[in-house]
Parts: sequence; structure tokens; C-alpha cells
Amino acid sequence: MSDDKTNTSELSRRGFMKVGAAALTAASMPMFFTKDAWAAKEFRNNPGNAGTVKFGFNVPQSGAYADEGADELRAYKLAVKHINGEGDGGMLNTMKPLSLKGNGILGKKLEYVTGDTQTKSDAARASAKRMIEKDGVVMITGGSSSGVAVAVQGLCQEMGVIFMAGLTHSNDTTGKDKRRYGFRHFFNAYMSGAALGPVLKQEMGTERKAYHLTADYTWGWTQEESIKNTTEALGWKTTAAVRTPVGAGDFSQYITPVLNSGADVLILNHYGKDMINSLTQAVQFGLRDKQVNGKNFEIVVPLFSRLMAQGAGENIKGILGTTNWNWALQDEGSKAFVKSFGQEYGFPPSMAAHTCYVQALLYANAVEQAGSFYPPEVIKTLEGFKFDGTGNGPTEYRAEDHQCFKDVLVVRGNQNPTSQFDLLNVEQIVPRSQVEYDAKIFGGELGPYEV
Amino acid sequence: MSMPLLRNDWVVMALFTAVVLSAPIWLSPVGAGYPDLLQKFAIFGIFAIGFNILFGLTGYLSFGHAVFLGIGSYTAVWSFKLLTMNVIPAVVLATLLAGVFAVVIGFLSLRRSGIYFSILTLAFAQMSYNLAYSVLTPITNGETGLQLTMDDPRVFDSATTEGLPSTTLFGMDMSGYPGFYFCAVLLIIAFFISLRIFRSPFGLKLRAIKSNQTRMRYTGFNTKPYLLTAFVISGMYAGLAGSLMAITDPLAGAERMQWTASGEVVLMTILGGAGTLLGPLLGSSIIKYFENIFSALNDGQLHEIFAFLPDWLENIVVAIAGEFVGDGWHLTLGLLFMIVVIFLPGGVVEGIRRASAFVRNMFNKSATDESELSAEKE
Repeated sequence: MSDDKTNTSELSRRGFMKVGAAALTAASMPMFFTKDAWAAKEFRNNPGNAGTVKFGFNVPQSGAYADEGADELRAYKLAVKHINGEGDGGMLNTMKPLSLKGNGILGKKLEYVTGDTQTKSDAARASAKRMIEKDGVVMITGGSSSGVAVAVQGLCQEMGVIFMAGLTHSNDTTGKDKRRYGFRHFFNAYMSGAALGPVLKQEMGTERKAYHLTADYTWGWTQEESIKNTTEALGWKTTAAVRTPVGAGDFSQYITPVLNSGADVLILNHYGKDMINSLTQAVQFGLRDKQVNGKNFEIVVPLFSRLMAQGAGENIKGILGTTNWNWALQDEGSKAFVKSFGQEYGFPPSMAAHTCYVQALLYANAVEQAGSFYPPEVIKTLEGFKFDGTGNGPTEYRAEDHQCFKDVLVVRGNQNPTSQFDLLNVEQIVPRSQVEYDAKIFGGELGPYEV
Repeated sequence: MSMPLLRNDWVVMALFTAVVLSAPIWLSPVGAGYPDLLQKFAIFGIFAIGFNILFGLTGYLSFGHAVFLGIGSYTAVWSFKLLTMNVIPAVVLATLLAGVFAVVIGFLSLRRSGIYFSILTLAFAQMSYNLAYSVLTPITNGETGLQLTMDDPRVFDSATTEGLPSTTLFGMDMSGYPGFYFCAVLLIIAFFISLRIFRSPFGLKLRAIKSNQTRMRYTGFNTKPYLLTAFVISGMYAGLAGSLMAITDPLAGAERMQWTASGEVVLMTILGGAGTLLGPLLGSSIIKYFENIFSALNDGQLHEIFAFLPDWLENIVVAIAGEFVGDGWHLTLGLLFMIVVIFLPGGVVEGIRRASAFVRNMFNKSATDESELSAEKE
């Protein structure tokens, strides 16, 4: 027994020395890597002399916003094609001013990698980190939830990689959580409220009681706040504002109390599949056939999209809301985009697709104009950039908060659709001046150019 | 052959240290050698090793362990917000607070065993998740997740430069490779503690509880304190893992506490091999690898991989393989899990053991064959 033991320990001492030496060598190995990295680095993921450059498309491929994510990805792939000079060029033919030449970006061929945000902040950041650290992307874009957009935007600021936000409607994205490296083309909840106000007054008068059902995260909160501010300024009262979890699926437990609350307007601060489910259930519960306080019960969906209208089917008819863009618009930019998207995929693009396509183009154009991928230069080019021909009329990237300012569409669910895509009627194009606000009202700080 | 060497703890630890610290090198060829994924390997390794102390040794299946992960993350982020960006207080506070919660939840849940214990822990976890998601929004910031802001007090830090500060270890930035090495060192310490527990009288008692608790009681043992200790230790491991998640990425979301996260660690442990030392670590690495690498493969990359095949065959292979990567990675993981559970109930570790036994048998056999042959000649 004791004999055996001494034998073991002798063996292990020698083994320990050997293994220890190996461990030390291994531990010092990463130093070589970091040394190498320092020498070449003037900014993260500098494409240098490489012949290609990569974008990272971080979109939800699962969860409540998966439909929007799929459409965003289609638009991004189309944008890559157009930037590389393939296909019919799309908005490259209509956008003004334009520096892109249809030969990639600064002569480098554009490639892309994709990731699934799962509409979760953790997963989205992990996926963005993979693209930045492993795939070496120069820009991240996408996201179909403001929670995710805010989380990824913060990460991109830390990492020094520009983030072009996709579908995010919360005031916080370019308000209290704005970042120097984050840019948003999409409109926001404040603009929805400001655009919707006069129409609501005209349609429903000033003596109304509103009941809010709100998706419980940053976007829902700010939209509820903005719509409340607008409607209360009209003289409406707010009966209740109930928060519902994202991806709840069944909203009946939230809709039943609406029936007995004395409210005569239901405002659904929901998006994606959540909005499809809550609207469908609200209609099934007979809310729209009801008379309350001597008035017709009304439902308002402040943020609308064609994909949602498609999902909600019949229930969408006559319901008011706002959108960033609609495929039926007749300006040159919209027509060019709808044409090439339709040729590629066989159906018209959603507003999520539109904003993502434009964002990819805007970044590429800014790099071309700045003549460099160096992020501070690109940011300075985008700040205060004025452009036209991208479907929203004259548009400006405001330098103070990186928010695009442009006209907003008030839409209504089409009563007599002529096709399965003709679901929304543009009720009114609200001019930019009516939805503009002071950049200071939401607070927040952009942070530094150099990180 | 090398078994006596492997029985020595220090040799095991030295080998383990070498393997972990050199991970950036030997994981690069399979596309996993980048800091974020390496950090995840280390963090979820700690989580699974801690879970294994409870599940692997005592057989008590906690289905709500993610709650401690979440508590650890929230504590760490609050430590960054209120105290300092140094990671040491965050790690210590997160581990301790997770321990306190583990005492409470463990004390209540351990009144029952078997499926009832699992359901109780699951109930606690779901409760905490829903609290974090809605009621406790001022503390947790709900769905959006708790983040650092510019105007946090940070009482121990001097006035920061412009922009958000990053987490540091006495001035060393905790993102990228330094972050991985910090996690790796903690993983090595965590593994060492687990190793000592496995080979201690305490570990033996826990195993005895697993094999026959009633008999333990009859011999005059009060099993409750041992169970509670094991529960608290594994809760603290989870808290540590949660704090590391916040250190490498200062953001904490409620979804970390969801039942799917609790289920994931159960999968990791069973996949790797419950009750073995290395199994949980292997299991967590396999799952995280699948989640990050397989989920990002698309058809274009598959075509590159299978480019050596003739075109028609390549298209068929890619069409089939395409279903198992990208958003189909759950399918691959499910298949793998089924194969392991059906054919290797002891997890990947059992597979490795069988393979090495097979190889050794082959060598032994050929050796005996040779000796027999030589004997015949003589």
C-alpha cells in the first residue's frame, strides 16, 4: 500500500513539472496575439487593404418579431446587391446626393454575415459581439425591437463600431439612450403621437376615454407616454394603462377588463405578432360593435405595418395608425425600391424592409463620401446629412440626436383591398414641421467620437 | 496506464489549467477562438460545475437554478452603478447575495425531494422572473434590461472620462481576451473547489444521499444540513457565473432567469455527464458552441465547406445539412441530446471513457496476441 503511494507521488512530481512548464508556455501565448493586434490597430475592424468589407445584419429570426426580421434580411441582401452594382440598382438611381458608384464601397466588394437577435437583449448582444470579434464587420445594422436596439447600440459604442438601427420606434433610442455610434432612420413614438393627434380629434372628437394596452418595454412605455400626452392635450381622459408582457400570445385576460372600464377608445401599444393577437381578440370580443358613453367604441394602433395588417386580416379594416413608409407611395424612390424588391422576391416590401434598406445605403454612401471607414469620419458625414429620393421626401439626419426627420404617414386599414398587399390607405401625409421637436426634451448624451 | 497520475489532484489541476488557458489557441481552428464565446465557455462552465455539485452528487434536480444567475447579474450591474467599475466588489457581492437567496429558497424547497423539489425550485424561479420582469422594474428595468448610464453615482470612482466607463480589474479592461482570462482563472478556482468537494468526506456524504437517503437517516445522519450546504454552494457558483456575465458585458436582463435558462443548465450537465467532474464543463461548451457557431452558419458557408464534392452531390448535401444549421441548430442539439441519453446515459464523459477503454483493449489485445505468438514460436 505505502509502496504504491510513494510510487504515485514520484511519478506525479515529474509529471507536474512537465505539465507546469507546458501551462506556462500556453499562458504566455496570447501575448503574441495581443501584441500583433496593437501594432495594426488604429480602429476596430479596419478593412485596410482587403478587397472586401463586411456588414453585420442582426435581425430577429425567431420570436414575436420574426416576420419583420425576415423582411429586413431580404432588404439587406437587396441593398448589398445594389451597392455591389448588381441588379437594377434600386434607390441608387434616385437617391440625392449620392457618392456610391455601384462598385462596392471605396472599391471594396461588400459581403455580409447574419445573426439572430431572438428579440432578446442578451442574445442580440452575443450575436453582435460574434460579428464584431469573429467576423470583423465594420457596421452592424438591424433589430426589430427598441429594447434590442438600445442594448446593441450601447455595445457598438463601447466597441467603436457604427450601428444603423433598423425597426425601432421608442423615443429612448435617439433620446435618453442615444449614442454617438448609433443612427436611426425610422420615426419614433413622439412623431406618431404628433401626427395622429389632429386626425384623432377630427374623427373622434375631444370627449373620449382611452384605455391603453402597452407592451412592457422601452418602446411600449414611450409610445404610451407620447400618445397619452397627445390625447390628453386634446381633452381626452385616460382610464387605465395596462402593461402586457412581450410575446404573451393570449391577451383575453387583458381585454376583458376593457369592456367594463367605461373607456370608449382602446389604444394598442403593441407590435408584430402581439398586435395581431391583441387586435384579433379585441375584435372577437365585440369591442368594435359596442356603444359606450353614446359613442362608437374605437380601436387605435399607433404604430402600424403592412405585415401586421396582413396577419390581422379582416380585423384591420378602418383602424387608424401611423407608419414610416408604405409601398403604395408614388415618389421615384419608393417606386424604384418596390420594383426591384418585387422582382427579387415577388411581393412588395414592408416598412421594416424599407428603413433597413435605406440605412444600409446611407452608411455605405457616408463611407464613400468621407473616403474612409474610420468611424469618427463616417459619423461626422452622417450628422446633419440632408438627402432625398429615398421614399420619404426631403430627409435630414439631425446632428444633435442622430434621428432622421421627415414626413410621417397616417394610415387606415383599407375597407376594400384590391389585393392581399393593398391593406393600408394613406390617410394623410403629415409634414415634417408638425412632428419636429427639440432634441433636448428627452435628455441623454451622445458620448465621444473616439472610443 | 496514466491512471495513477490522473488520480493526483495537482496533476489534474495543472492539466486543466493548461487546457483552459490555451483555449484561444486550440479552439481557433473550429471557429470558436474569439473572446466573447471563450468567455461564455468559462462562465457557463462555472454555472454547470456548480449545478453538478447539487444535481450530480445529491441527485436533487433543481429546475430553477437560473434565478441565482440572474441575481448575480443584477447585483454585479448595481455594484458597477453604485460603487465602482472594479470587478472585485461585483464578484464578491454577487456571490454572497446569491448565497443568501440560495439559503432562503433552499431551506423552503428542500423540505421535499424528487419531483416536488424540482417543481418548488421551478416555481421560485418563475416567480423571480416575473417579479424582475414587471413588478421590480425600478430595480431591474424590466424587459429592456439593467444598463449602465452616464449619471450613475459610482461613489468610489473618480470622475470618469467622457463616454460610458468599462469594467476593469485595477485598471485592466475586462472586455476581450483579458475578460476571458479573468473568467478562466475563476473557472480554474471553481473547478478546484469542486474537485476537493468531490474527493472529500462531505462529497461522499452527498453521494450517499443520492444512493439511499432513507438509509442515511436510519444510520443517524441528519441529511438536511448537507443538502442545504450543497444547494447554497451551487447557488453561489451560479451567482458567480451571473456576475461574470455582467462583467464581460455590463447588462442584465430578466430573460436570464427564465425557465429556459434553468433548463439549459440541466441539459448541459446531463449532456456532459451528471456526477462527473468534467462532464458539465464539456456539456456547457458543446451547447454554447452550437448556439453561437451552428446558429450562424448559412447556406453560402455550407457550400464553401462542401466545395470538394461534385456539384450535384454538393447541392444535395447542403440542402440537407442546411436544415440542421442556422435557425435549425436546436434540431441538431435535440438529436445529439437524444443520442447521448439513449446510448450514453453517462453523457459525453462516458463516451470518452468507453472510447479510451476500447482503444486500450485493442492495444492490450495486440500485446497479448504478440506474447502468445512469441510463446508459440518458442
